[in-house]
Amino acid sequence: MTATTAPSTPDTAARAPTPQRRRTLGRPARAAIGFASGALLLFALAPSVLSDFRLSLLAKYLCLAMVAVGIGLAWGRGGLLTLGQGVFFGLGGYAMAMHMKLADAGPAQLPDFMALYGQLDELPWWWRPFASPWFALPATVLLPMLVAFLLGSLVFRRRVRGAYFAILSQALAAALVIFLIGQQGTTGGTNGLTDFQGFFGYDLDDPVNQRMVYFIVAGGLLLLLALARQLMHSRYGELLVAVRDGEERVRFLGHNPATVKLVAYVVAAGMAGLAGALFVPAVGIINPALIGVVPSIEFVVGVAVGGRAVLLGPVLGAVAVAWARTSLSEEFPAAWTYLQGLLFVVVVAFLPGGLAALPALLRRRRGEVGT
Amino acid sequence: MNGLEMRGLRVSFDGFVAVDGVDLTVAPGDIRFLIGPNGAGKTTLVDAVTGLVKATGSVLFGGRQLLGRPVHRIARLGVGRTFQTSSVFEGLSVLQNLDIAAGAGRGAWTMVRRRRTVPEVVSRALETIGLTDRRDALAGTLAHGHKQWLEIGMLLVQNVDLLLLDEPVAGMSHEERDATGALLASISAERTVVVIEHDMDFMRSFARTVTVLHAGRVLSEGTVAQVQADPRVQEVYLGAAA
Repeated sequence: MTATTAPSTPDTAARAPTPQRRRTLGRPARAAIGFASGALLLFALAPSVLSDFRLSLLAKYLCLAMVAVGIGLAWGRGGLLTLGQGVFFGLGGYAMAMHMKLADAGPAQLPDFMALYGQLDELPWWWRPFASPWFALPATVLLPMLVAFLLGSLVFRRRVRGAYFAILSQALAAALVIFLIGQQGTTGGTNGLTDFQGFFGYDLDDPVNQRMVYFIVAGGLLLLLALARQLMHSRYGELLVAVRDGEERVRFLGHNPATVKLVAYVVAAGMAGLAGALFVPAVGIINPALIGVVPSIEFVVGVAVGGRAVLLGPVLGAVAVAWARTSLSEEFPAAWTYLQGLLFVVVVAFLPGGLAALPALLRRRRGEVGT
Repeated sequence: MNGLEMRGLRVSFDGFVAVDGVDLTVAPGDIRFLIGPNGAGKTTLVDAVTGLVKATGSVLFGGRQLLGRPVHRIARLGVGRTFQTSSVFEGLSVLQNLDIAAGAGRGAWTMVRRRRTVPEVVSRALETIGLTDRRDALAGTLAHGHKQWLEIGMLLVQNVDLLLLDEPVAGMSHEERDATGALLASISAERTVVVIEHDMDFMRSFARTVTVLHAGRVLSEGTVAQVQADPRVQEVYLGAAA
């Protein structure tokens, strides 16, 4: 290479390493502090100040937050507006619930609701494997991932994107709900699966065990946050953002955007599956109303409100919206739906970065006023 | 180094024939300029070679047929391109842009880990395009000329054998044009370069060979002097100007 060209600055060597060094030292330290304070908050502070009732509510919110972490990855970083995460949440939830129902019933017995409806003499074949925890537990995560893989392979290769992808994912949620309601004898229909006695031998009515479930949920959330953080800061995370911002350009660089998107979609589905699986012991029920179109949209609303493109935004948004829903719908049951819609519109229109973008925005405002 | 060989290349959109039976051979290491009036089919030709639009005929690169392969496969065979409008990833840093361009063959294990060091090819490309001191800047904050250089740098780290550049100096200052031309000259020591350009001064300074397209066909081909002396070329350009 002879003539190169462009203006080269003499102080390159002196200037370039400084921000680099600060970043490589600072980032992991900040992350460690963040995770430590998160763990302190969830494992020490919350259990000591909240009543059992409030703590179990928090467990429920944290399950929803786990779904949100996945949406933050797929939508915030990958641009995949998935309006059907309820499907994966539901698959994970039902897989866990089926196992718990079978464990409650005891070996070779029908779950109580099947006996009640009285249409079946023996367990349907697709229920049987869920009797084993070795099948059921991995299935809560792997089954949603498999479904996401099959759907994503079809959809992303055909370059279905944007609103079309959103509508398709939502249609899947509607289809699953219709299936579950239609198969009342084997799925519990609109009632879903509920009335669980135990969770791997522990009595779920015992407050001590409910606390244990809360700790498992909190640990699961921290685990997913660590996973999401690793992915976001990895080379894959950079490529995912590139696909979001310029899918065609990525193609011309020799990457296949379909594969990149598929990974994010499958990981998000696995996270939703785990969330669903932990939701069942934490809340004690899974039914079609919890996994259909409306809850799927509510997941996305929480993520949008919190801030979809940063790690903690979806978590805070999901918890905030779920908490607001519980407290406000107690007071004004009719108004909550409208309020939620309004919140979504306001955030999308005026604060596209979500609440997570608020500090930066305020700082900029103040800076402008100051100067 | 590989050359490019098109035979009977034809692209039509709903009956409108944008490229109409083009035969074109670019020798390895050449700097070939494609010129012609608007609508001559220059960009469509590049779109066909890179797999963006469907075409019939034959495009051989290094003995391999490009037509019918998906875009990212053609890219992995060593064919890179830029666009008329800059298409760097504006939300990512210069370094990240280059790292992604260098990463088509990476395995899963490399992908899920963090980028800790700057790959050798990337730091060399940063030197070549003169953006070493801007490597942590967001690509969206670069000046127009720097974005174009970043695009070329991305092709370098992608390690393509064939660069297809669509109006690389549009909107650049004179100094930037000269710098870009020198960059292309040095790149062509190891790679084949095809440039679509409207800037005739730039073409005269840096083209080795020129192909003139008109209405989807090859009108004239040769050195700059030969093409300029061709009465048909003069007619087309005067006609287009009038």
